[in-house]
Amino acid sequence: MMSKFNLDNKYKAVVIGGSAGSFQGITRILENLPPDFPLPIMLCLHRLKHVRHGFVEALSMKSTKETREPYDKEPIKGRFVYLAPANYHMSVELGNYFSLSTEEMVNNSRPAIDITLSSAAYVYKEKLIGILLSGANRDGGLGMKHIKDKGGFTIVQDPEECVIDTMPQAALKLTKIDLILKIDDIIEFLTELNAVYKK
Amino acid sequence: MGDIEIADLRKIAEVVKEKYQYDFSNYAMSSFKRRISRILELYNLSVEGLLKKLTTEKGFVETFLTEITVNVTEMFRDPSFWAILKKEIIPSILLNHKSFKIWHAGCSSGEEVFSMAIVLKELGILEDVTVIATDIDHTILNNAKLGEYNLKNMELNEKNYIQYHRSGSLKDYYEVKNGKAVMDKSLIERVSFRKHDLVTGEVFNKFDLVLCRNVMIYFNQNLQNEVLTKIHSSLFKYGYLAIGSKESLIWCDVAHKFIVVNNEEKIYKNIKD
Repeated sequence: MMSKFNLDNKYKAVVIGGSAGSFQGITRILENLPPDFPLPIMLCLHRLKHVRHGFVEALSMKSTKETREPYDKEPIKGRFVYLAPANYHMSVELGNYFSLSTEEMVNNSRPAIDITLSSAAYVYKEKLIGILLSGANRDGGLGMKHIKDKGGFTIVQDPEECVIDTMPQAALKLTKIDLILKIDDIIEFLTELNAVYKK
Repeated sequence: MGDIEIADLRKIAEVVKEKYQYDFSNYAMSSFKRRISRILELYNLSVEGLLKKLTTEKGFVETFLTEITVNVTEMFRDPSFWAILKKEIIPSILLNHKSFKIWHAGCSSGEEVFSMAIVLKELGILEDVTVIATDIDHTILNNAKLGEYNLKNMELNEKNYIQYHRSGSLKDYYEVKNGKAVMDKSLIERVSFRKHDLVTGEVFNKFDLVLCRNVMIYFNQNLQNEVLTKIHSSLFKYGYLAIGSKESLIWCDVAHKFIVVNNEEKIYKNIKD
């Protein structure tokens, strides 16, 4: 396969944030993900606080990998896609496990993308890939900056393609984002990344 | 969110432990770090400044405690939990006991205590149940006893209540005064509010039902394990334990002493002393 992104296999995790208008994009990414994709994928998507059920089931239906909402202190494993549960913030802890919290909303959100992204940046440093998709508020912008500041790799969905581009624009304003990609190219990126690990 | 070094967090926990006997050294790192950042921002302090304030300023530790602990909660959080509690768990306790004891471990500003009192009142057993509500933070306990909440928060509480009850309104249990929702005090007349630290505190009583929901998520796994052992010792045999909907007992030593009564709502029964 021709290398378009020139990736190496140093990465330990992929974290994806999204809000309004991101559901379709997320679904497409998950259904086109190589089933043996080696890294854990952590999703923090804005969702209704009082609706506990349905979301992870909807994502699971399409996903090639098992998709679950982690328990507090659950170890992080490469074979899963993890979704931040309703009404909890989801953080990554040193030692490679999740912790959940009911702290104040951040950017009017719980789960807040900034919290998941920033905690993951702190733990994985340059071994993290952060992807921020369509969304109507600025949540995630700061988290993407933290990923970049720690040496991680950052991608935002092309604002042109976003239903609402406030979220990727916020990240672009706060830091130098590595790649601006359409969903199809994000899928290609992840597929190429997978191939690097299979070499 | 500035970057605070782990060494700084350890130092802060150490100072607080030495001087005030509160032990934060086994709190979950990510949230503890955010709480410390928050205090630094609120009081415009550096780490050194915070350490100095903690060691020299009498009474600041109370403020520290209030800011470190997370006091975001809702009435009838997870409405389906409360419905099961009312329909299944409490009736099954009542099969064997006319009166029984409940412990709210980490009651925060009291929303859960009021929710429980409303359930008990609806069941007509408010007078028969002994309720003890504890928290590490004295200030927040006073708020709980006051039972006054922002009207803005009542919107969510009301939404939860309707999901739980399917009819009626939370408004039957509070009055609006000076822009606040003032809860009916008779609901908590018999509740004993006490200061108690789950981390350093001793087992102080035995209960038929313990609610410790979304409290231990702020602890690391070792501390969760210790606290759960204490909670187990605080339960009568065949007593019930309720934890938060995304908490799990799987990783703790006393797991085998419990059976799952309702996995969805995270309700367990103690079957072994």
